[in-house]
Amino acid sequence: MSERRTIFPGTMLPILLVAPQLLLTFFFFLWPAGGAVYASMTHGDPFGLSTYFVGFENFTDLFADPLYLDAVVRTLVFCAAVSFLSMAVALLLAVCADTQIRGRSFYRTALIWPYAVAPAVAAVVWILLLHPQIGWLSPALGSLGIDWNYRLNGTQAMIAVILASAWKQVSYNFIFFLAGLQSIPRAVVEAARMDGAGPVRRFGTILLPLLGPTMGFLLTVNIAYSAFETFGTIEALTQGGPGQATQTLVVKVYRDGVVNLNLGSSSAQSVVLMAGVILLTVLQFRLLRRKGDAE
Amino acid sequence: MNRRELLAGAAAFTASATLMGLPAQAQNRTPFIFWHAMSGPLGEEVKRVCDAFNASQAEATVEPVYKGSYTEAMTAAIAAFRAGQAPHLLQVFEVGTGSMLGAGPAVKQIWQLSQETGLPIDPNAYMAAVRGYYSLADGRMASMPFNSSTPVMWINKDIFERAGLNPEQPPATWQEVVSAAQTIKAKGAAKVPVTTAWPTWVMMECYGAIHDLPYATKANGFEGLDAELVFNAPPYVKQIQRLLDMAKDGTFTYGGRGASGDQLFPAGETAISFNSSGSRSAIARDAKFRFGTALLPYDPEVRPTPNNSIIGGASLWVMTAPSRTPAEYKAVAAFLKFIAQPENDARWSQATGYVPVTLAGAGVSLAQGYYARNPGADIAIQQLNRGTVTANSKGLRLGRLPEIRNIIEEEFEAALQGKQNAQAALDSAVTRGNKVLRDFEKSMRG
Repeated sequence: MSERRTIFPGTMLPILLVAPQLLLTFFFFLWPAGGAVYASMTHGDPFGLSTYFVGFENFTDLFADPLYLDAVVRTLVFCAAVSFLSMAVALLLAVCADTQIRGRSFYRTALIWPYAVAPAVAAVVWILLLHPQIGWLSPALGSLGIDWNYRLNGTQAMIAVILASAWKQVSYNFIFFLAGLQSIPRAVVEAARMDGAGPVRRFGTILLPLLGPTMGFLLTVNIAYSAFETFGTIEALTQGGPGQATQTLVVKVYRDGVVNLNLGSSSAQSVVLMAGVILLTVLQFRLLRRKGDAE
Repeated sequence: MNRRELLAGAAAFTASATLMGLPAQAQNRTPFIFWHAMSGPLGEEVKRVCDAFNASQAEATVEPVYKGSYTEAMTAAIAAFRAGQAPHLLQVFEVGTGSMLGAGPAVKQIWQLSQETGLPIDPNAYMAAVRGYYSLADGRMASMPFNSSTPVMWINKDIFERAGLNPEQPPATWQEVVSAAQTIKAKGAAKVPVTTAWPTWVMMECYGAIHDLPYATKANGFEGLDAELVFNAPPYVKQIQRLLDMAKDGTFTYGGRGASGDQLFPAGETAISFNSSGSRSAIARDAKFRFGTALLPYDPEVRPTPNNSIIGGASLWVMTAPSRTPAEYKAVAAFLKFIAQPENDARWSQATGYVPVTLAGAGVSLAQGYYARNPGADIAIQQLNRGTVTANSKGLRLGRLPEIRNIIEEEFEAALQGKQNAQAALDSAVTRGNKVLRDFEKSMRG
């Protein structure tokens, strides 16, 4: 593997060239992140009048709090469910849209639309569908003998936020799956067809393995999405309730920091989340690099 | 958040600069910023009050700015304070009082403002139940009462008649509420016999005040930061168990946390609802049926003579900033004096449904015949003046009370799902709530 390298003379010019990027990183990432790390090791009133250093007390408190550990487990379940659901549905739709059907481009465009919907708006759409008293789906569920009230039933609330969050991410996954499918050489698929492999077998032995890298990439993106970008949907739909049934880690950071003004604990939670993001990013880079090497 | 506040601050600065750029007669005016959390018709009324103040004198100009919900406004103000850009005047909901009292030099309490600017303030001009909530233990006023309300019982008279009940004799005790609800359900007169908005405020905080039950030790927190919650005592458990039983046989419908329960009553399918007296204007606008108000019911087995309920709503806090001048505080003081004048207080109360915060304001409304024309509008005042104000009915002085309210509602929801009984729900809420109080205490002691 040989790379082309451009060697700049001296040290000043290279430093000058990367300086803007470094400054941006410093001011918009390192500085606030450092602030969060510092705040996570302090106790203080919200007004910042008496702040004092407590070391790792916020963290030990956090991990000794059964409610926080519940939120960790809940977030893992939520991420797994949202990632699986949105990727499975997107894959199914992509496979269908990849076949020769009339109006194919219309379907593709229509399937990409929901990606442009803001999280809070997505939540409102789902509230209109699922509201216990005025929702369109509630009477139908009622006639099936299901007592639908996600405001009081934690399991139903979880299902509601998973549905709304997964729905929003389907479009994104769909685009990548479709692109992945289209980059698979037709000849391979045709050859399998001539050897007598049916659609299911072709999917299982040819398409799925060749989609592997796409799948790996989407998995990390989806986990990151469901862990960090679903706040708007959850807050608008259930505010984390009933009880704490839909309070994921990000919702808890907001509730403790912005609503309850407990900045120390909220910062500690942010730092834990930051560690999670760093881990995910490392994983993602590894996956991408392996994909690059394979090519 | 900080950056956004800076932008907001910059926008406010531009706005005040524009004001200072007005023609000659306005040039000596001192502008100041007032952040509030009143939306819709209430926000328009705030605007009207501010306009009236600006027109009434030539020294000061108040600039009202809507900053979102109570929680959002408070969070924004704290961020602004940290950036040295706090608004001059901030509307803070009653449960934020404990946190604001702990804010030390970030705020200028009313008695301090009064001393520095020479603005005379007589605490006795204010209703006892209102004044108590916003005063220090020794009676000095910390913040200025503004919009105060108290929960009352709202009844749908049409549904009462359909169920064969007398709407002019609404239930006075909880036992009567339960039996009325059962009749309403049996007759099929309403989809929802009983519901409530603000479950914690109505069913816990006011229930405790009415029955003279302590909510927390240290006089509900007025006498020290080391107060401990005690609302898992038998009378509270009895009340929560009553609601759980009613939910089980379909006579009580949970309407959600905080204000979410607002929507059910005006829709016309609810016979009895508990909600703030301040919801009167919204109900009058939306209800297509005859409605009435009544005093909150009590349980004679707990206490034969009910006391006053505690207030909700918000008060005005004067905030400090490094660059603030005495002239600016003087301008703020002039505004506070203006809104406390009896005619202005009465007008505000009549336009919004909040109770008049001054006794003289109530007197003006009475003299104008307002309560004769609007029967039921004075129920809240009657209720706030029922019995004598005790240490248990003066209000709550607990840090991070919004969080504790939320905890109670979470545990109540878990109990409604059948996951625990009333005793377990309140025990768990007390344990979790005390942890919040200890955290708050620690953050205050520094």
